[in-house]
Amino acid sequence: MSALDELYRQVILDHYRSPRHRGALKGPHIHAEGLNPSCGDEFSIDLLIDDGVIVDVATQGQGCSISQASGSMMTEAIIGRTLEEARALADTFKRMMGIEEGENPLDPEKPGAVLGDLEALQGVKKFPVRIKCADLPWTTLSDALDRSES
Amino acid sequence: MNGHPLAYLDSAATTQKPIQVLDAVDDFYRTKNSNVHRGAYALSAEATDAYEGARAKVASFINAGGPDEVVFSRGATTSLNHIAYGWGLNRLSEGDRVVLTIMEHHANVVPWQLVARHTGIELVYLTLDDHYEVDLSGLADLLDERVKVIAFSGMSNVTGTLGPARTLVEAARSVGALVVVDGAQLVPHAPMDVQDLDADFLVFSGHKMLGPTGIGAMWGKPERLEEMEPAEGGGEMIADVGLYESRWAPVPHKFEAGTPPIAQAVGLGAAVDYLQKVGMEAVRDHEHEITGYALKRLADVPDLTVYGPTDPTHRGGAVSFSLADIHAHDIATVLDEHGIAVRAGHHCAKPLLRHLHVPATARASFYLYNTLDEVDRLIDGLLDARRVFGLDA
Repeated sequence: MSALDELYRQVILDHYRSPRHRGALKGPHIHAEGLNPSCGDEFSIDLLIDDGVIVDVATQGQGCSISQASGSMMTEAIIGRTLEEARALADTFKRMMGIEEGENPLDPEKPGAVLGDLEALQGVKKFPVRIKCADLPWTTLSDALDRSES
Repeated sequence: MNGHPLAYLDSAATTQKPIQVLDAVDDFYRTKNSNVHRGAYALSAEATDAYEGARAKVASFINAGGPDEVVFSRGATTSLNHIAYGWGLNRLSEGDRVVLTIMEHHANVVPWQLVARHTGIELVYLTLDDHYEVDLSGLADLLDERVKVIAFSGMSNVTGTLGPARTLVEAARSVGALVVVDGAQLVPHAPMDVQDLDADFLVFSGHKMLGPTGIGAMWGKPERLEEMEPAEGGGEMIADVGLYESRWAPVPHKFEAGTPPIAQAVGLGAAVDYLQKVGMEAVRDHEHEITGYALKRLADVPDLTVYGPTDPTHRGGAVSFSLADIHAHDIATVLDEHGIAVRAGHHCAKPLLRHLHVPATARASFYLYNTLDEVDRLIDGLLDARRVFGLDA
């Protein structure tokens, strides 16, 4: 597979074109917004947290396929998780992408075993200028989680 | 680039530099390096001659009345800030209006907003019509004694739209308003005669016309430059400094505080020499040809929308487009893999993109060194973007 085809895998295009959990939550929730000023990509997230568990999530945004697909996959990965689990997930994702230092958490023998669909975003690593696109939803999530605890 | 020869289609952002410009900068640093307008030794006199010689070249390039009408600055942005602060802040007051167009670069928007914050002036925008031309239908109603400045882009860096200079200069004269032309995208690409243009100010950047970064110019009518206050104070721009008051050096030096970008000015002089040798008519004609070819070929790419006028002889060589549901950054990434450099984003023209209802566009922009073959490669790259995104090529 060429680097381009690896970057724009089917699953990424699918999430880009049909983003999951799109919209806004009604009623009480935690809201956070993220922006990449250099490229204009936007992402916002609403979280409904009950007893330390993310029970619902809704996102809005506009931007490139990488940022929007990353956000869509993220919603599927965090729903039903505790705040600690969501934070650990964000950390695992950032280590996979090389955004944070540390060993690559993925198991090369078992594709998808650690981060599921999100592992498709590894292809972005060959395009360093686009890593910040994949990271935008996760930075926004961290911001929301911080708010939930303050 | 990425295994392909580079097709550089981003000259609206900055241009590549000819060897003559690199050599001129290098030669200055090797043989003439010293400060200007102060050293009592031969080397400094040589540096001053080189710097002032560059000013004379730039003045001649735009057919100014003389070198003193040309102020060196860091670029078009700095020049516009000089005008907004040096002229606008001191001469505009609450209720006055500055007329801009919706296609302005942020550099011709934000400085006026800063002036508005201090003075309470009102900004009024001319919009674009369905053909991406500046909509002049409401201009007559807009014109009254409140209008003090009309500031507009000579050529849009997004749509390639030409600012309707004749009409706007006439309109400004009818109410005694000042005319400021942002020539950042115009001066590099077409012959310029400021006496014919008859504006009050024209600004442009060296790096968009084969010159170095960090150097640009502000041309002004002598009476405007005289009445304008300096926006920056410091060495070089003074005649005398007392404890509480100072007197300014004569124009143009009163606007050039501190050690100027000397080598960069010399490089800009070499760029101007280069462009004049090629001939600005030839530069313009080449761009008309290549832009026309690009528009024709882009029209054959399915689901592609060009945002800009369709007549290649009445527009600039900045061609913005979108392709199906593929985001501009994704287009740029695919093209980059083919060795093709284009810009993607809002192009520092957010009001225009909002007006066009697009969050971002991809933009190919051409200059004298681009070829028809590079346009063909752009088209092939766009067809590959369709394939990568699962659309029929």
